[in-house]
Amino acid sequence: MPKAPHKQSTNEAPLLEVQHITKMYGDLAANSDVSLAISKGEIHALLGENGAGKSTLVKVIYGSLQPTLGEIYWQGEKITITNPAAARELGIGMVFQHFSLFDALTVAENIALALPGKLDLATLSDKISTVSRDYGLPLEPTAHVADLSVGERQRIEIVRCLLQEPKLLIMDEPTAVLTPQEAEQLFLTLDRLASEGCAVLYISHRLEEIKRLCHNATILRHGKVVGHVDPQKETANSLANLMVGSDIHTIGSRTANVRGEVVLAINDLSAPPDGPFGVALKDVNLDVHSGEIVAVAGVAGNGQGEFFDAISGERAGNTPQAVKINGNDVGNLGIVARRKMGAAFVPEERLGHGAVPEFSLSDNVILTRYATGDAIVASGVIDNTVANDIQIRVSDDFDVRKGVPNPEARSLSGGNLQKFVVGRELDREPVLMVINQPTWGVDAGAAALIRQALIDLAGRGAAILLISQDLDEIFETADRIAVISRGQLSDARPSGDLTLEEIGLMMAGAHEKSDDKENSEAVSA
Amino acid sequence: MEAIILTIITAATPLLLAAMGELVVERSGVLNLGVEGMMVVGAVCAFGAALGTGSIVFGILAGIAGGMLMGLLFAIMTQTFLSNQVATGLALTLLGLGVSGLIGESFVGQPGVKLGQIHIPLLSDLPVIGRIVFGQDVLVYGSFALMIATSYVLFKTRTGLIVRAVGGNHHSAHALGYNVVGVRYAAILFGGACSGLAGAYLSLAYTPQWVENMTAGRGWIALALVVFASWMPVRVMIGAYLFGTVWIMGLFVQAMGYGIPSQLLSSLPYLVTIAALVIISGNRTLTKINSPAMIGQPFVPDR
Amino acid sequence: MKIILEKRPFKSKKMALLSPLLAIGLTVFFGGIIFAMLGLNPFRALYVYFIEPVTSWWSIEELIVKAAPLILIGVGLAICFEAKVWNIGAEGQLTMGALAGSMIPIFFTGWQSPLVLVAMLVLGALGGALFGAIPAFLKTRFNANEILTSLMLVYVAQLLADWLVRGPWRDPGGFNFPKSVTFEGWQVLPTFGDGRVHIGAILAVVAALVLAFMMAKTLKGFEIRIMGNAPRAGMFSGFSPKKTIWFSMLLSGGLAGLAGICEIAGPSGHLQPSISPGYGFTAIIVAFLGRLNPIGVIFAGVMLAISYLGGEAAQIDLGVSARISQVFQGMLLFFILACDTLIIYRIRLMAGSDPKTTRKIMAEAGD
Repeated sequence: MPKAPHKQSTNEAPLLEVQHITKMYGDLAANSDVSLAISKGEIHALLGENGAGKSTLVKVIYGSLQPTLGEIYWQGEKITITNPAAARELGIGMVFQHFSLFDALTVAENIALALPGKLDLATLSDKISTVSRDYGLPLEPTAHVADLSVGERQRIEIVRCLLQEPKLLIMDEPTAVLTPQEAEQLFLTLDRLASEGCAVLYISHRLEEIKRLCHNATILRHGKVVGHVDPQKETANSLANLMVGSDIHTIGSRTANVRGEVVLAINDLSAPPDGPFGVALKDVNLDVHSGEIVAVAGVAGNGQGEFFDAISGERAGNTPQAVKINGNDVGNLGIVARRKMGAAFVPEERLGHGAVPEFSLSDNVILTRYATGDAIVASGVIDNTVANDIQIRVSDDFDVRKGVPNPEARSLSGGNLQKFVVGRELDREPVLMVINQPTWGVDAGAAALIRQALIDLAGRGAAILLISQDLDEIFETADRIAVISRGQLSDARPSGDLTLEEIGLMMAGAHEKSDDKENSEAVSA
Repeated sequence: MEAIILTIITAATPLLLAAMGELVVERSGVLNLGVEGMMVVGAVCAFGAALGTGSIVFGILAGIAGGMLMGLLFAIMTQTFLSNQVATGLALTLLGLGVSGLIGESFVGQPGVKLGQIHIPLLSDLPVIGRIVFGQDVLVYGSFALMIATSYVLFKTRTGLIVRAVGGNHHSAHALGYNVVGVRYAAILFGGACSGLAGAYLSLAYTPQWVENMTAGRGWIALALVVFASWMPVRVMIGAYLFGTVWIMGLFVQAMGYGIPSQLLSSLPYLVTIAALVIISGNRTLTKINSPAMIGQPFVPDR
Repeated sequence: MKIILEKRPFKSKKMALLSPLLAIGLTVFFGGIIFAMLGLNPFRALYVYFIEPVTSWWSIEELIVKAAPLILIGVGLAICFEAKVWNIGAEGQLTMGALAGSMIPIFFTGWQSPLVLVAMLVLGALGGALFGAIPAFLKTRFNANEILTSLMLVYVAQLLADWLVRGPWRDPGGFNFPKSVTFEGWQVLPTFGDGRVHIGAILAVVAALVLAFMMAKTLKGFEIRIMGNAPRAGMFSGFSPKKTIWFSMLLSGGLAGLAGICEIAGPSGHLQPSISPGYGFTAIIVAFLGRLNPIGVIFAGVMLAISYLGGEAAQIDLGVSARISQVFQGMLLFFILACDTLIIYRIRLMAGSDPKTTRKIMAEAGD
């Protein structure tokens, strides 16, 4: 549906104008001479891939960061935004990608913390109910945040801003955590806000969304502006080119692999939740064959973590047969036993789970490979030279950029560390690879390298189970797709057979067992 | 019977005072294991000041000040220097025991100034409940007032909401613009004041004299109390009285001469503390929901 | 102007070595001030406290006697703390070890043979380990905080010892003094020559060397480091938090128990109500001063032994309260913790929020 052009009276100064914004971190220019202007009622996209400088620019506008150079003009006047409170007073609201919420407190208390003035929970609760319903984002003021889904939590952040009657609303990658239907609801809300005169600065790297929603777009790459465009006049391809330039590796076309035997079989896997705020797994069934990539799609918080832990062995399965590798029952075996059978695992969190931030890369090699035939450990004694040799080989093969030969893991950038963590496992030539969010928070170059490596691994006959929130990634790599929602897994269907809409419905729980489905319908009403 | 209840009250009061302070500290996300050290410094300061000036009021104020000073030391170390909270708390206790022993050397054996009980004409003379309800010393009433005030502020005011927010998620609180370190400094100083006051109670009201290490582990029991009470003020009061009862029961049974070794009875409070911890901690849901998620983690803002 | 702590990209090895020295220096400096406040000549007082203990053979012997239990317990605690298992009850485990080991001379008074010594040491270690197993069990099974449980057990152990020594285990021929029978022959630790240095010192050094090797070179050491640093990664690696807790508590409890029986069977020669002058607590400081590294603990143990001797010397020579030792030890721990900050963080001076000034400062600092 084409977007109506945005009308602006040309005599008025823009609502917000930033000129020549530069932000340095030591030698690194996170933003370099960035200028843009936003008018009242305009929905303005800020486009760029991970690491382009979008978050930095937006934090400068919101007062969380101070620019090294540059000026900011609000309604024609030059100002300094010293901190977020000052920004809010001007009428700038921001919905961050990572929410600033308090799990143990209620919705009303959370919102009260963001609003100045005397604490009056009763009046506030009424306002919350009214406003949230009006804008199509209903909230229950007395609910504890810990009990809410990710989409509902985002509503708190948005309503929090709306209650302060913002003139400019900044949204940082809002649809990353939403189902396609929830995203559409969000767009309706934003359209309405714009028609009421509120401007929106919309950060994203999703090109179809930008076309659907935005009047104007500014594109950043490596901290600099590479273009101001009208998304309606561009195609997804042209936008992508501007965003990424030509330094990206294009994924080789996938030839259909010969699908072999079942390597990983999951049978009626059920598991209790991971703590009071977790999600229980219920009767999950899935087979992954050698030579194929099976993707599990789903918005965060639907049991992916519990699912991964049950397959890796960090949590025991409900029965020994709940998880089988190459026909062997491993449900009650630990992660080391599963690795010895040729399985490899890459968890969602690289720092603190997949790798230890304060350990060197060679120590991080020992982490997953001390028992799998690399001769790192003999009679309990560690041979650090062997570990270091592996580390060097992995770094070379996977283009891991590091400052010194054997640095601490935390000194690597996100993309480089992810390349290392994935490479560490691929270097073992595993027969089964289970990976959760392969390219979350990773720059485009590294992401492409990782996805290609996984495709190549499948080509060599390995079985790959890939859990991801990124539907683009899934359609690019997967042979079959299943959807996880509230701890239940849909059937896995060939990716060619599925449309985006069907996946969206499954993410919202269309496949769940009947009694749960009634509950979920009641909640989303 | 009346005597027993009176002694239970005096045994419970220092626990209640110290635990209430530590509750606020932990609600803000900080674990201060130095309660014992702050308490004993409060005790020696209170005793010395009262002895020197002859005034109970000065004694109490000195006790509070002593506790707050120790608290300030802890705050600087853990909030500004970002030192390990467990180790720093232990250091505070060791230092407190040593310093108090040093200062208190000349006080040993000296008769102290006793905090008297109030006397309301008519009410205090009522049979049975007269002395118990209307004849306590000021600090006993103070401890109840403290509990009520803490409960109100923590759950009904913006200040309390901010404290709970900082303890629940200091990153979010910082993102919202709250001064996490400032809030924690204030909470730690409050905790120090309460512990100091508890110590003052010991050396001015419980037994008006100075004995080295007279806190005898009460600071540690206060810490256990906070966990036992799931960080809720009213439950802290219940816990304090429970422990006060156990403490006194030991002495009482001993006096009855059943031939039970005194050491066994003396060890009851500590054993009961362990049991209480086990019971409460074993209920993981209860702990996880109520415990301040940030407890013990230092706050380092991203620049 | 604000002082800001900025995380270093990697831990500073230079500061890791300097920090304990800096802490000792600061303690000495402020110690001098305290002595001055007490009305003493600070330099003379510091000499008596720190230097005199190492000037004569006799005092060096005493130093080793005091350092041995500190090192023995300290290395166990270093491992424990590295795993972030906070065993604060080493004093209680020490007491139980002393009691357990003493059962042999008390119940088998006439038995003499080299086996006696071995049995006493083994029982001592077992006693400490089993007592350390209690907090381990309570933590793994009930998630009860080990700091509080192990500490409460210290009081329980001390009261138990008090009761035993004054009651059932009191020497019947001892004129009603609260002590047990005096140990003899093989029940006493062999010493070197005529002095007081007993084999406990050897045990301490051996323990330190073995554990240093374990931490640096073995998979077990890797397990301890990773579970203390990033437990989730540790589980991903295949280790179990519960097993780590058990290992740490049994090890540190066992070493503390061993130190306990060595104290009784060595310098003391009999059981008495007060078994150690707080070695179990001082060992905590020793562990931190030694940067949780077993070799470092050897040096730290000697350092703190000096502080014990110094306290005794100060009491005799200068008339200062014995409490001064505890004050010094507390101060030392504080300074270690403060100086340790410099290993992980770097101090930076930052201007306020004016971008032009920030730019200028960054340019000048050559950033």
